[in-house]
Amino acid sequence: MNKMEKALHELSEMDDLAAQSSPIHRLHPAAKLLSTIAYILLTVSFHKYDLTGLIPMLLGPVLLFQLSGIPVRTCFYKLRIVLPLVMAVGLFNPFFDRAPLLQLGPVAVSGGVISMLTLMLKGVFCLMASFLLMATTPIDSLCAALRKLHVPGLLVTLLLLTYRYVGVMTEELAVMTDAYHLRAPGQKGIHVSAWGSFLGQLLLRSMDRAQELYASMLLRGYHDHFHYAGIRPFRLPDGLYLVGSILAFLLLRFVPVAALLGSLFVR
Amino acid sequence: MIEFQHVSFAYEKDRPVIRDLSFRIESGESVGLIGANGAGKSTVMKLLLGLLPCEGQILVDDTPVTKETLKTIRRKLGFVLQNSDNQMFMPTVYEDMIFAPLNYMVSREEAEKRVDAVLARLGLTELKYRHNHKISGGEKRMAAIATILAMEPEAILMDEPTSALDPYNRRVVINTIRELSQTKIITSHDLDMILDTCDRVLLLSEGQIVADGPAGEILRDQALLESHRMELPLSLSRRD
Repeated sequence: MNKMEKALHELSEMDDLAAQSSPIHRLHPAAKLLSTIAYILLTVSFHKYDLTGLIPMLLGPVLLFQLSGIPVRTCFYKLRIVLPLVMAVGLFNPFFDRAPLLQLGPVAVSGGVISMLTLMLKGVFCLMASFLLMATTPIDSLCAALRKLHVPGLLVTLLLLTYRYVGVMTEELAVMTDAYHLRAPGQKGIHVSAWGSFLGQLLLRSMDRAQELYASMLLRGYHDHFHYAGIRPFRLPDGLYLVGSILAFLLLRFVPVAALLGSLFVR
Repeated sequence: MIEFQHVSFAYEKDRPVIRDLSFRIESGESVGLIGANGAGKSTVMKLLLGLLPCEGQILVDDTPVTKETLKTIRRKLGFVLQNSDNQMFMPTVYEDMIFAPLNYMVSREEAEKRVDAVLARLGLTELKYRHNHKISGGEKRMAAIATILAMEPEAILMDEPTSALDPYNRRVVINTIRELSQTKIITSHDLDMILDTCDRVLLLSEGQIVADGPAGEILRDQALLESHRMELPLSLSRRD
Protein backbone atom coordinates (compact mmCIF):
# COMPACT_ATOMS: atom_id res chain seq x y z
CA MET A 1 0.00 0.00 0.00
CA ASN A 2 1.57 3.34 -0.98
CA LYS A 3 1.31 6.55 1.01
CA MET A 4 -1.71 7.81 -0.92
CA GLU A 5 -3.62 4.58 -0.46
CA LYS A 6 -2.83 4.70 3.25
CA ALA A 7 -4.19 8.24 3.39
CA LEU A 8 -7.37 7.11 1.63
CA HIS A 9 -7.71 4.20 4.01
CA GLU A 10 -7.40 6.52 7.00
CA LEU A 11 -10.02 8.83 5.53
CA SER A 12 -12.47 5.99 5.19
CA GLU A 13 -11.69 4.95 8.78
CA MET A 14 -12.99 8.35 9.90
CA ASP A 15 -16.31 7.51 8.25
CA ASP A 16 -16.36 4.20 10.09
CA LEU A 17 -15.75 5.97 13.40
CA ALA A 18 -18.55 8.43 12.67
CA ALA A 19 -20.91 5.58 11.81
CA GLN A 20 -20.54 3.96 15.24
CA SER A 21 -23.24 4.20 17.86
CA SER A 22 -22.67 5.74 21.29
CA PRO A 23 -24.41 8.37 23.43
CA ILE A 24 -22.13 10.99 21.87
CA HIS A 25 -22.69 9.75 18.31
CA ARG A 26 -26.44 9.89 18.83
CA LEU A 27 -26.47 13.54 19.88
CA HIS A 28 -27.75 16.20 17.51
CA PRO A 29 -24.84 17.46 15.35
CA ALA A 30 -25.62 21.10 16.16
CA ALA A 31 -25.31 20.38 19.89
CA LYS A 32 -21.92 18.76 19.38
CA LEU A 33 -20.78 21.53 17.07
CA LEU A 34 -21.74 24.35 19.43
CA SER A 35 -20.28 22.56 22.40
CA THR A 36 -16.99 22.05 20.52
CA ILE A 37 -16.87 25.70 19.48
CA ALA A 38 -17.47 26.75 23.09
CA TYR A 39 -14.71 24.43 24.27
CA ILE A 40 -12.23 25.78 21.73
CA LEU A 41 -13.03 29.41 22.52
CA LEU A 42 -12.70 28.84 26.25
CA THR A 43 -9.48 26.90 25.81
CA VAL A 44 -7.76 29.53 23.71
CA SER A 45 -8.90 32.26 26.12
CA PHE A 46 -6.47 31.13 28.84
CA HIS A 47 -3.62 33.52 29.59
CA LYS A 48 -0.28 32.46 28.14
CA TYR A 49 1.18 31.81 31.60
CA ASP A 50 -1.89 30.05 33.00
CA LEU A 51 -0.59 26.53 32.47
CA THR A 52 -2.05 25.07 35.68
CA GLY A 53 -5.44 26.57 34.90
CA LEU A 54 -5.39 25.10 31.40
CA ILE A 55 -4.54 21.50 32.30
CA PRO A 56 -7.98 20.63 33.80
CA MET A 57 -9.54 21.52 30.41
CA LEU A 58 -8.23 18.14 29.28
CA LEU A 59 -10.96 16.53 31.36
CA GLY A 60 -13.62 17.57 28.83
CA PRO A 61 -12.29 15.74 25.75
CA VAL A 62 -11.03 12.77 27.79
CA LEU A 63 -14.48 12.20 29.29
CA LEU A 64 -16.18 12.58 25.90
CA PHE A 65 -13.69 10.18 24.28
CA GLN A 66 -14.62 7.64 26.96
CA LEU A 67 -18.34 8.13 26.38
CA SER A 68 -17.98 7.87 22.61
CA GLY A 69 -15.95 4.66 22.80
CA ILE A 70 -13.19 6.11 20.64
CA PRO A 71 -9.73 5.48 22.09
CA VAL A 72 -7.69 8.65 22.71
CA ARG A 73 -4.72 6.95 21.05
CA THR A 74 -6.70 6.82 17.78
CA CYS A 75 -6.94 10.59 17.94
CA PHE A 76 -3.19 11.03 18.45
CA TYR A 77 -2.43 8.49 15.73
CA LYS A 78 -4.69 10.21 13.19
CA LEU A 79 -3.35 13.63 14.10
CA ARG A 80 0.30 12.56 14.09
CA ILE A 81 1.11 14.79 11.11
CA VAL A 82 -0.64 17.91 12.41
CA LEU A 83 0.45 17.59 16.04
CA PRO A 84 4.14 18.45 15.47
CA LEU A 85 3.06 21.58 13.61
CA VAL A 86 0.85 22.60 16.52
CA MET A 87 3.66 21.82 18.93
CA ALA A 88 6.01 23.97 16.88
CA VAL A 89 3.85 27.07 17.29
CA GLY A 90 5.42 28.24 20.53
CA LEU A 91 8.86 26.82 19.95
CA PHE A 92 10.61 30.20 19.85
CA ASN A 93 8.94 31.61 22.96
CA PRO A 94 11.76 30.48 25.32
CA PHE A 95 14.23 32.53 23.28
CA PHE A 96 12.23 35.74 23.41
CA ASP A 97 10.81 35.58 26.92
CA ARG A 98 13.65 34.65 29.26
CA ALA A 99 12.43 36.27 32.46
CA PRO A 100 12.17 33.62 35.21
CA LEU A 101 8.57 33.00 36.20
CA LEU A 102 8.85 30.25 38.74
CA GLN A 103 11.42 28.24 40.59
CA LEU A 104 11.29 24.43 40.49
CA GLY A 105 13.86 23.54 43.12
CA PRO A 106 17.17 24.77 41.75
CA VAL A 107 15.76 25.26 38.22
CA ALA A 108 14.34 28.64 37.19
CA VAL A 109 11.61 28.23 34.60
CA SER A 110 11.26 31.18 32.25
CA GLY A 111 7.98 32.72 31.09
CA GLY A 112 8.86 31.62 27.54
CA VAL A 113 8.89 27.96 28.53
CA ILE A 114 5.55 28.26 30.32
CA SER A 115 3.94 30.15 27.42
CA MET A 116 5.34 27.57 24.97
CA LEU A 117 3.82 24.72 26.97
CA THR A 118 0.52 26.60 27.29
CA LEU A 119 0.36 27.21 23.56
CA MET A 120 1.19 23.59 22.79
CA LEU A 121 -1.46 22.29 25.16
CA LYS A 122 -4.07 24.70 23.82
CA GLY A 123 -3.36 23.42 20.30
CA VAL A 124 -3.48 19.78 21.34
CA PHE A 125 -6.71 20.20 23.34
CA CYS A 126 -8.42 22.04 20.47
CA LEU A 127 -7.33 19.38 18.01
CA MET A 128 -8.66 16.66 20.29
CA ALA A 129 -12.03 18.39 20.53
CA SER A 130 -12.22 18.91 16.76
CA PHE A 131 -11.22 15.31 16.11
CA LEU A 132 -13.90 14.10 18.49
CA LEU A 133 -16.52 16.12 16.62
CA MET A 134 -15.42 14.69 13.26
CA ALA A 135 -15.16 11.16 14.60
CA THR A 136 -18.66 11.16 16.08
CA THR A 137 -20.53 13.10 13.38
CA PRO A 138 -20.90 12.12 9.71
CA ILE A 139 -19.88 14.95 7.39
CA ASP A 140 -23.35 15.28 5.86
CA SER A 141 -24.97 15.72 9.28
CA LEU A 142 -22.28 18.22 10.22
CA CYS A 143 -22.95 20.23 7.06
CA ALA A 144 -26.69 20.11 7.66
CA ALA A 145 -26.06 21.41 11.20
CA LEU A 146 -23.83 24.20 9.89
CA ARG A 147 -26.61 25.31 7.56
CA LYS A 148 -29.13 25.19 10.42
CA LEU A 149 -26.79 27.53 12.27
CA HIS A 150 -26.90 29.86 9.25
CA VAL A 151 -23.31 29.35 8.15
CA PRO A 152 -23.16 30.63 4.52
CA GLY A 153 -24.22 27.93 2.08
CA LEU A 154 -21.22 28.46 -0.16
CA LEU A 155 -18.79 27.67 2.65
CA VAL A 156 -20.72 24.58 3.69
CA THR A 157 -20.93 23.34 0.09
CA LEU A 158 -17.19 23.86 -0.24
CA LEU A 159 -16.58 21.84 2.91
CA LEU A 160 -18.87 19.05 1.74
CA LEU A 161 -17.40 18.82 -1.76
CA THR A 162 -13.83 19.09 -0.48
CA TYR A 163 -14.44 16.16 1.84
CA ARG A 164 -16.09 14.17 -0.94
CA TYR A 165 -13.36 14.84 -3.48
CA VAL A 166 -10.22 14.82 -1.38
CA GLY A 167 -10.26 11.03 -1.77
CA VAL A 168 -10.77 11.23 -5.53
CA MET A 169 -7.94 13.73 -5.92
CA THR A 170 -5.72 11.58 -3.73
CA GLU A 171 -6.45 8.67 -6.04
CA GLU A 172 -5.49 10.79 -9.03
CA LEU A 173 -2.29 11.79 -7.28
CA ALA A 174 -1.57 8.14 -6.44
CA VAL A 175 -1.98 7.16 -10.11
CA MET A 176 0.30 9.99 -11.23
CA THR A 177 2.90 9.13 -8.60
CA ASP A 178 2.85 5.46 -9.59
CA ALA A 179 3.18 6.39 -13.28
CA TYR A 180 6.16 8.60 -12.39
CA HIS A 181 7.95 5.98 -10.33
CA LEU A 182 7.44 3.28 -12.96
CA ARG A 183 9.41 5.45 -15.35
CA ALA A 184 11.89 6.71 -12.79
CA PRO A 185 13.11 3.58 -11.05
CA GLY A 186 15.35 4.02 -8.05
CA GLN A 187 14.37 7.63 -7.59
CA LYS A 188 13.23 8.64 -4.15
CA GLY A 189 10.25 10.97 -4.22
CA ILE A 190 9.49 13.20 -7.16
CA HIS A 191 12.35 15.18 -8.60
CA VAL A 192 12.03 18.92 -8.14
CA SER A 193 12.13 19.45 -11.92
CA ALA A 194 8.85 17.54 -12.25
CA TRP A 195 6.99 19.35 -9.48
CA GLY A 196 5.65 22.08 -11.75
CA SER A 197 4.18 19.77 -14.37
CA PHE A 198 2.93 17.45 -11.64
CA LEU A 199 0.98 20.17 -9.89
CA GLY A 200 -0.13 21.62 -13.22
CA GLN A 201 -1.52 18.27 -14.31
CA LEU A 202 -3.29 17.86 -11.01
CA LEU A 203 -4.79 21.32 -11.31
CA LEU A 204 -6.00 20.64 -14.86
CA ARG A 205 -7.53 17.35 -13.82
CA SER A 206 -9.21 19.06 -10.88
CA MET A 207 -10.64 21.72 -13.16
CA ASP A 208 -11.95 19.16 -15.64
CA ARG A 209 -13.57 17.27 -12.85
CA ALA A 210 -15.00 20.41 -11.28
CA GLN A 211 -16.57 21.42 -14.58
CA GLU A 212 -18.20 18.06 -15.09
CA LEU A 213 -19.36 17.95 -11.51
CA TYR A 214 -20.92 21.38 -11.79
CA ALA A 215 -22.67 20.30 -15.00
CA SER A 216 -23.99 17.26 -13.15
CA MET A 217 -25.35 19.54 -10.42
CA LEU A 218 -26.98 21.89 -12.91
CA LEU A 219 -28.57 18.99 -14.76
CA ARG A 220 -30.19 17.88 -11.54
CA GLY A 221 -31.83 21.21 -10.86
CA TYR A 222 -29.14 22.95 -8.77
CA HIS A 223 -29.70 26.70 -8.48
CA ASP A 224 -27.39 28.15 -5.83
CA HIS A 225 -29.09 26.23 -3.07
CA PHE A 226 -27.92 22.93 -1.69
CA HIS A 227 -30.28 20.55 0.07
CA TYR A 228 -28.62 18.66 2.87
CA ALA A 229 -29.61 15.45 4.54
CA GLY A 230 -32.56 15.78 6.82
CA ILE A 231 -31.43 15.74 10.41
CA ARG A 232 -33.69 14.80 13.24
CA PRO A 233 -35.19 17.57 15.39
CA PHE A 234 -33.25 19.00 18.30
CA ARG A 235 -34.53 17.20 21.41
CA LEU A 236 -34.31 17.70 25.15
CA PRO A 237 -31.24 15.43 25.68
CA ASP A 238 -29.39 17.41 23.01
CA GLY A 239 -30.23 20.66 24.81
CA LEU A 240 -29.19 19.17 28.15
CA TYR A 241 -25.88 18.02 26.67
CA LEU A 242 -25.26 21.42 25.14
CA VAL A 243 -26.03 23.39 28.28
CA GLY A 244 -24.35 20.85 30.56
CA SER A 245 -21.16 20.65 28.57
CA ILE A 246 -20.84 24.42 28.21
CA LEU A 247 -21.44 24.88 31.94
CA ALA A 248 -18.80 22.27 32.67
CA PHE A 249 -16.32 23.97 30.35
CA LEU A 250 -17.09 27.34 31.96
CA LEU A 251 -16.48 25.79 35.34
CA LEU A 252 -13.14 24.39 34.21
CA ARG A 253 -12.27 27.75 32.69
CA PHE A 254 -13.14 30.09 35.52
CA VAL A 255 -12.78 27.98 38.64
CA PRO A 256 -9.11 27.25 39.42
CA VAL A 257 -9.67 23.51 39.72
CA ALA A 258 -5.97 22.64 39.75
CA ALA A 259 -5.23 25.24 42.44
CA LEU A 260 -8.14 24.06 44.59
CA LEU A 261 -7.02 20.45 44.30
CA GLY A 262 -3.48 21.49 45.12
CA SER A 263 -4.60 23.40 48.18
CA LEU A 264 -5.93 20.15 49.62
CA PHE A 265 -2.40 18.84 49.81
CA VAL A 266 -0.22 21.94 50.10
CA ARG A 267 -0.71 24.74 52.59
CA MET B 1 -39.79 13.99 -28.70
CA ILE B 2 -36.28 15.30 -29.34
CA GLU B 3 -35.36 17.07 -32.54
CA PHE B 4 -32.13 18.56 -33.89
CA GLN B 5 -32.66 21.03 -36.74
CA HIS B 6 -29.53 21.97 -38.68
CA VAL B 7 -27.37 22.12 -35.58
CA SER B 8 -23.72 23.10 -35.86
CA PHE B 9 -21.12 23.61 -33.19
CA ALA B 10 -17.38 24.28 -32.97
CA TYR B 11 -15.12 24.40 -29.92
CA GLU B 12 -12.58 26.33 -32.02
CA LYS B 13 -13.45 28.64 -34.86
CA ASP B 14 -13.19 26.96 -38.30
CA ARG B 15 -12.99 23.49 -36.74
CA PRO B 16 -16.62 22.35 -36.48
CA VAL B 17 -17.31 19.34 -34.33
CA ILE B 18 -21.00 19.11 -35.28
CA ARG B 19 -22.03 20.05 -38.81
CA ASP B 20 -25.60 20.74 -39.86
CA LEU B 21 -26.95 17.88 -37.79
CA SER B 22 -30.65 17.04 -38.09
CA PHE B 23 -32.53 14.10 -36.62
CA ARG B 24 -35.67 13.36 -34.65
CA ILE B 25 -36.23 10.91 -31.82
CA GLU B 26 -39.76 9.97 -30.85
CA SER B 27 -40.92 9.36 -27.28
CA GLY B 28 -40.14 5.89 -26.01
CA GLU B 29 -37.44 5.22 -28.61
CA SER B 30 -34.15 3.65 -27.62
CA VAL B 31 -31.39 5.19 -29.70
CA GLY B 32 -27.71 4.33 -29.79
CA LEU B 33 -25.36 7.13 -30.80
CA ILE B 34 -22.20 5.52 -32.11
CA GLY B 35 -19.05 6.71 -33.79
CA ALA B 36 -15.28 6.70 -33.49
CA ASN B 37 -13.42 8.88 -30.98
CA GLY B 38 -13.93 12.54 -31.79
CA ALA B 39 -17.03 11.90 -33.92
CA GLY B 40 -19.05 14.26 -31.71
CA LYS B 41 -21.19 11.86 -29.68
CA SER B 42 -20.65 13.46 -26.28
CA THR B 43 -20.97 16.92 -27.82
CA VAL B 44 -24.43 16.00 -29.15
CA MET B 45 -25.44 15.07 -25.60
CA LYS B 46 -24.07 18.32 -24.18
CA LEU B 47 -25.85 20.35 -26.86
CA LEU B 48 -29.12 18.63 -26.09
CA LEU B 49 -28.69 19.38 -22.40
CA GLY B 50 -27.94 23.01 -23.10
CA LEU B 51 -24.42 22.76 -21.73
CA LEU B 52 -23.00 24.19 -24.96
CA PRO B 53 -24.37 26.93 -27.21
CA CYS B 54 -24.99 26.08 -30.86
CA GLU B 55 -26.24 27.25 -34.23
CA GLY B 56 -29.54 25.79 -35.41
CA GLN B 57 -32.32 24.64 -33.16
CA ILE B 58 -32.82 21.81 -30.71
CA LEU B 59 -36.34 20.99 -29.59
CA VAL B 60 -37.51 18.88 -26.66
CA ASP B 61 -41.25 18.28 -26.79
CA ASP B 62 -41.49 21.16 -29.26
CA THR B 63 -39.80 23.51 -26.76
CA PRO B 64 -36.57 25.01 -28.10
CA VAL B 65 -33.49 24.59 -25.88
CA THR B 66 -32.67 28.15 -24.85
CA LYS B 67 -31.38 29.81 -21.72
CA GLU B 68 -34.95 30.59 -20.67
CA THR B 69 -36.26 27.05 -21.13
CA LEU B 70 -33.27 25.19 -19.65
CA LYS B 71 -34.91 24.55 -16.31
CA THR B 72 -37.95 22.94 -17.94
CA ILE B 73 -35.86 21.01 -20.44
CA ARG B 74 -33.40 19.68 -17.88
CA ARG B 75 -36.19 18.44 -15.70
CA LYS B 76 -37.26 16.18 -18.56
CA LEU B 77 -33.79 14.85 -19.33
CA GLY B 78 -31.68 12.72 -17.04
CA PHE B 79 -28.00 12.44 -17.91
CA VAL B 80 -25.81 9.57 -16.69
CA LEU B 81 -22.21 10.71 -16.94
CA GLN B 82 -19.39 8.46 -18.06
CA ASN B 83 -17.48 9.02 -14.85
CA SER B 84 -19.79 8.15 -11.96
CA ASP B 85 -17.45 9.87 -9.50
CA ASN B 86 -18.32 13.17 -11.15
CA GLN B 87 -22.00 12.39 -10.95
CA MET B 88 -22.07 11.20 -7.35
CA PHE B 89 -20.90 14.34 -5.60
CA MET B 90 -22.75 13.96 -2.31
CA PRO B 91 -21.30 11.94 0.58
CA THR B 92 -23.86 9.12 0.44
CA VAL B 93 -25.96 7.41 -2.23
CA TYR B 94 -29.15 8.49 -0.49
CA GLU B 95 -28.24 12.17 -0.51
CA ASP B 96 -27.22 11.99 -4.14
CA MET B 97 -30.52 10.42 -5.05
CA ILE B 98 -32.61 12.91 -3.13
CA PHE B 99 -30.65 15.89 -4.51
CA ALA B 100 -32.60 16.32 -7.76
CA PRO B 101 -36.12 15.73 -6.41
CA LEU B 102 -35.57 18.30 -3.64
CA ASN B 103 -34.20 20.80 -6.16
CA TYR B 104 -37.34 20.29 -8.20
CA MET B 105 -39.46 21.10 -5.17
CA VAL B 106 -40.70 17.59 -4.53
CA SER B 107 -41.55 17.30 -0.82
CA ARG B 108 -38.97 15.46 1.29
CA GLU B 109 -41.52 12.76 2.10
CA GLU B 110 -42.33 12.15 -1.56
CA ALA B 111 -38.64 12.32 -2.48
CA GLU B 112 -37.80 9.70 0.14
CA LYS B 113 -40.51 7.43 -1.26
CA ARG B 114 -39.05 7.84 -4.74
CA VAL B 115 -35.56 7.03 -3.51
CA ASP B 116 -36.73 3.89 -1.75
CA ALA B 117 -38.79 2.77 -4.75
CA VAL B 118 -35.90 3.23 -7.20
CA LEU B 119 -33.43 1.49 -4.91
CA ALA B 120 -35.80 -1.44 -4.47
CA ARG B 121 -36.45 -1.62 -8.21
CA LEU B 122 -32.74 -1.77 -8.99
CA GLY B 123 -31.97 -4.06 -6.07
CA LEU B 124 -29.70 -1.49 -4.46
CA THR B 125 -31.45 -0.97 -1.14
CA GLU B 126 -28.37 -1.96 0.82
CA LEU B 127 -26.42 0.87 -0.82
CA LYS B 128 -28.74 3.58 0.48
CA TYR B 129 -26.59 4.94 3.28
CA ARG B 130 -23.23 3.83 1.90
CA HIS B 131 -20.61 6.48 1.24
CA ASN B 132 -20.02 7.20 -2.43
CA HIS B 133 -16.27 6.94 -2.07
CA LYS B 134 -16.56 3.51 -0.51
CA ILE B 135 -18.64 1.66 -3.09
CA SER B 136 -17.24 -0.29 -6.03
CA GLY B 137 -17.17 0.94 -9.62
CA GLY B 138 -20.11 -1.26 -10.63
CA GLU B 139 -22.17 -0.19 -7.63
CA LYS B 140 -21.31 3.43 -8.34
CA ARG B 141 -22.52 3.14 -11.93
CA MET B 142 -25.79 1.57 -10.82
CA ALA B 143 -26.17 4.22 -8.12
CA ALA B 144 -25.56 6.91 -10.75
CA ILE B 145 -28.41 5.47 -12.82
CA ALA B 146 -30.54 5.38 -9.67
CA THR B 147 -29.90 9.09 -9.00
CA ILE B 148 -31.25 9.87 -12.45
CA LEU B 149 -34.27 7.58 -12.11
CA ALA B 150 -35.17 9.32 -8.85
CA MET B 151 -35.64 12.47 -10.96
CA GLU B 152 -38.33 10.64 -12.93
CA PRO B 153 -37.14 12.10 -16.24
CA GLU B 154 -38.96 11.59 -19.52
CA ALA B 155 -35.77 10.72 -21.35
CA ILE B 156 -32.48 9.27 -20.16
CA LEU B 157 -29.17 10.10 -21.77
CA MET B 158 -26.21 7.87 -21.06
CA ASP B 159 -22.59 8.49 -21.91
CA GLU B 160 -20.66 5.22 -22.12
CA PRO B 161 -22.71 3.47 -19.42
CA THR B 162 -20.72 0.24 -19.56
CA SER B 163 -17.19 1.61 -19.77
CA ALA B 164 -14.70 0.25 -17.22
CA LEU B 165 -17.12 -2.35 -15.87
CA ASP B 166 -16.38 -6.03 -15.40
CA PRO B 167 -18.56 -8.48 -17.41
CA TYR B 168 -20.94 -9.13 -14.53
CA ASN B 169 -21.56 -5.47 -13.74
CA ARG B 170 -21.79 -4.71 -17.46
CA ARG B 171 -24.57 -7.27 -17.76
CA VAL B 172 -26.35 -5.83 -14.71
CA VAL B 173 -26.24 -2.33 -16.25
CA ILE B 174 -27.45 -3.65 -19.63
CA ASN B 175 -30.38 -5.46 -18.02
CA THR B 176 -31.27 -2.33 -16.11
CA ILE B 177 -31.19 -0.18 -19.25
CA ARG B 178 -33.38 -2.67 -21.08
CA GLU B 179 -36.01 -2.42 -18.39
CA LEU B 180 -36.23 1.37 -18.51
CA SER B 181 -39.38 2.54 -20.23
CA GLN B 182 -38.23 6.13 -20.88
CA THR B 183 -36.81 7.46 -24.13
CA LYS B 184 -33.13 6.50 -24.15
CA ILE B 185 -30.16 7.95 -25.96
CA ILE B 186 -26.97 6.04 -25.34
CA THR B 187 -23.49 6.84 -26.61
CA SER B 188 -21.00 4.03 -26.50
CA HIS B 189 -18.18 2.15 -28.18
CA ASP B 190 -19.64 -1.02 -26.70
CA LEU B 191 -21.61 -2.03 -29.79
CA ASP B 192 -22.77 -5.29 -28.23
CA MET B 193 -24.44 -3.28 -25.51
CA ILE B 194 -26.00 -0.96 -28.11
CA LEU B 195 -27.29 -4.02 -29.96
CA ASP B 196 -28.76 -5.32 -26.71
CA THR B 197 -30.43 -2.12 -25.59
CA CYS B 198 -31.28 0.03 -28.64
CA ASP B 199 -33.82 -0.30 -31.44
CA ARG B 200 -32.28 2.42 -33.53
CA VAL B 201 -28.73 3.57 -34.21
CA LEU B 202 -27.34 6.88 -35.38
CA LEU B 203 -23.81 6.56 -36.75
CA LEU B 204 -21.91 9.78 -36.34
CA SER B 205 -18.78 10.62 -38.27
CA GLU B 206 -17.00 13.98 -38.31
CA GLY B 207 -19.99 15.69 -36.78
CA GLN B 208 -22.54 14.36 -39.26
CA ILE B 209 -24.97 11.48 -39.29
CA VAL B 210 -23.81 8.98 -41.90
CA ALA B 211 -26.30 6.25 -41.08
CA ASP B 212 -29.62 6.14 -39.28
CA GLY B 213 -31.65 2.96 -39.01
CA PRO B 214 -32.52 -0.16 -37.04
CA ALA B 215 -29.71 -1.25 -34.71
CA GLY B 216 -29.70 -4.80 -36.08
CA GLU B 217 -29.20 -3.53 -39.62
CA ILE B 218 -26.50 -0.90 -39.06
CA LEU B 219 -24.51 -2.94 -36.60
CA ARG B 220 -24.36 -5.85 -39.09
CA ASP B 221 -23.03 -3.64 -41.88
CA GLN B 222 -19.32 -4.41 -41.63
CA ALA B 223 -18.32 -2.22 -44.58
CA LEU B 224 -20.18 0.78 -43.19
CA LEU B 225 -18.72 0.36 -39.73
CA GLU B 226 -15.17 -0.18 -40.95
CA SER B 227 -15.33 2.81 -43.24
CA HIS B 228 -15.95 4.89 -40.11
CA ARG B 229 -13.23 3.37 -37.94
CA MET B 230 -15.50 0.91 -36.16
CA GLU B 231 -15.88 -2.84 -36.05
CA LEU B 232 -18.72 -5.31 -35.97
CA PRO B 233 -20.00 -6.08 -32.47
CA LEU B 234 -18.14 -9.10 -31.07
CA SER B 235 -21.35 -11.09 -30.86
CA LEU B 236 -21.86 -10.65 -34.64
CA SER B 237 -18.32 -11.01 -35.87
CA ARG B 238 -17.27 -14.29 -37.43
CA ARG B 239 -14.96 -16.39 -35.32
CA ASP B 240 -12.38 -18.49 -37.17
